[in-house]
Amino acid sequence: MTTDGEIIHFDNVGLRYGTDREVLSDLSFTLFPGRFYFLTGASGAGKTSLLRLLYLAQRPSRGAIRMFGTDAITVPRSRLPQLRRRIGVVFQDFRLIPHLSAFDNVALPLRVGGHREEDLTGPVRDILDWVGLSDRIDARPPTLSGGEQQRVAIARAVIARPAMLVADEPTGNVDPDMAFKLIRLFEMLNRQGTTVVVATHDLDLLRKVPDSLIMRLDRGRLSDPTGALRYPPRKTL
Amino acid sequence: MVRRLFNARGAELIPQARMSGPMPWVIAIMVAMTVIALAAGLALGNAVSSAKAEIEGGVTIQILEPRADMRAEQARRAVDSIKMLPGISGFRLVPQAELDALIEPWLGTGIGTATGSAIPVPALIDVRLKGPATPKALSTIETALKPIAPSARVDAQSNWLKPVFDAMVSLQLLAIALVALLALALTAAVLLAARTALGANRDTIEIVHLLGGTDTQVARVFQRSIGYDAAGGGTVGLALALVVILSLGRRFAGLGAGLVDNGALNWSDWLLLAVVPVLATLLAMITARLTVLHALRKML
Ligand SMILES: Nc1ncnc2c1ncn2[C@@H]1O[C@H](COP(=O)(O)OP(=O)(O)O)[C@@H](O)[C@H]1O
Ligand SMILES: [Mg+2]
Repeated sequence: MTTDGEIIHFDNVGLRYGTDREVLSDLSFTLFPGRFYFLTGASGAGKTSLLRLLYLAQRPSRGAIRMFGTDAITVPRSRLPQLRRRIGVVFQDFRLIPHLSAFDNVALPLRVGGHREEDLTGPVRDILDWVGLSDRIDARPPTLSGGEQQRVAIARAVIARPAMLVADEPTGNVDPDMAFKLIRLFEMLNRQGTTVVVATHDLDLLRKVPDSLIMRLDRGRLSDPTGALRYPPRKTL
Repeated sequence: MVRRLFNARGAELIPQARMSGPMPWVIAIMVAMTVIALAAGLALGNAVSSAKAEIEGGVTIQILEPRADMRAEQARRAVDSIKMLPGISGFRLVPQAELDALIEPWLGTGIGTATGSAIPVPALIDVRLKGPATPKALSTIETALKPIAPSARVDAQSNWLKPVFDAMVSLQLLAIALVALLALALTAAVLLAARTALGANRDTIEIVHLLGGTDTQVARVFQRSIGYDAAGGGTVGLALALVVILSLGRRFAGLGAGLVDNGALNWSDWLLLAVVPVLATLLAMITARLTVLHALRKML
């Protein structure tokens, strides 16, 4: 098994919550750096569950996962933060911290990463400006609309320039124009080397990124309509 | 490496409401009680040790002879003999007038005139030794007095006060035990508060974890928050305790009792009392930190 250039490798991974049936079964795939992946599938197919494994919110029930060359199953707890700092996450339910302003929510990954206060003000303002929230910098999430919250969540996910960006239905609450703009932001990051994984059931979105690779989940099992998961990946349908 | 998860504008990762909720007041009460118990313990200690120093070398010689003329004679000879003994730093034959004054509160004046015969009050010689009144020192005096004043009884003054000292030492131990128990209670209170805070902020903690925050970073937030509460509560508690101690001290000073005067706190005692809120804050912060770190270990 080659590890050349891989960023994520799943080997026969299964996940069950509690004692229920498996929500994800027999997942074996490799993600390569600098690519743009869409994860599609019907609601309840397991997209969020798979992304939770990807951003280390969940350990699988079985199988092996390697991330950034590290065995993510046996990695000691103390080394998880290091891995997580290389991953930006847009949660499906945003998960903004309600009592922190938009600015402080977006600044959080930089503060966690030990950036100095004077170094983070500029970038945080820039990214909030980019997602069109420069006038809501001091607003707290509960006072923001769903779409605005989503943009704050996206700003927070990308602010630390992660090696991998994982986004769970990131365009679910925004109008098509904003959706397109956000996808453009992801593409921009992708062109700078960030591996992007976007879960969506919006098939229109797939067409907006012509170079993207598509993984499809069907009741917890992965199919590979574009050959995305083969190596070398086939680019076109 | 101080990594701040809050910013200069005062936004805190964990919602903060300073000096609200029960924690600061619990700490205030604990610190107040600790300071009072400690002050009592220190005052007792001071009283015991200064009283001890005062009477340690004290020996009382009683001449128990009932006949007044023989009593006076024996007392005089005893005084002469004591002068010769080594290790004596001073002595005093207590004058009759003083003895009368001593028994006056119980028997009144004019007993002699009322009954026709004076009550045979022993003659008292107050002797001060250079060293402590050990049994050996006492027996030296006894041996010297035996031939010249057979009715003399020699007692160390500290023996009489031994029960008082013992009681004071017990009280002191009680004060120390109270301080220890209060520290324990404070730890328990902080532990519960930290757990509650953890539960209430579980979502935030999980988000911080997923953004790459370490347990130490999260623990520091709670530690700081409880540290502020403890420092605020501790200051209030210390102030309360000082009011109590000073007003109690004034009352006791009004009594004019020697032991209590000797129990006055000196500057190092006051310093120790002032350190209590600092120690309580440290204890609270360490407890919070360990509790949080322990709880976080169970999260992914
Ligand atoms: N925390 C959980 N506990 C138990 N079951 C869960 C949990 N999260 C998701 N599931 C179940 O797992 C399946 C996949 O859910 P999910 O991963 O959210 O799918 P998707 O994101 O594709 O809609 C669903 O049947 C859902 O009910
Ligand atoms: Mg989902």
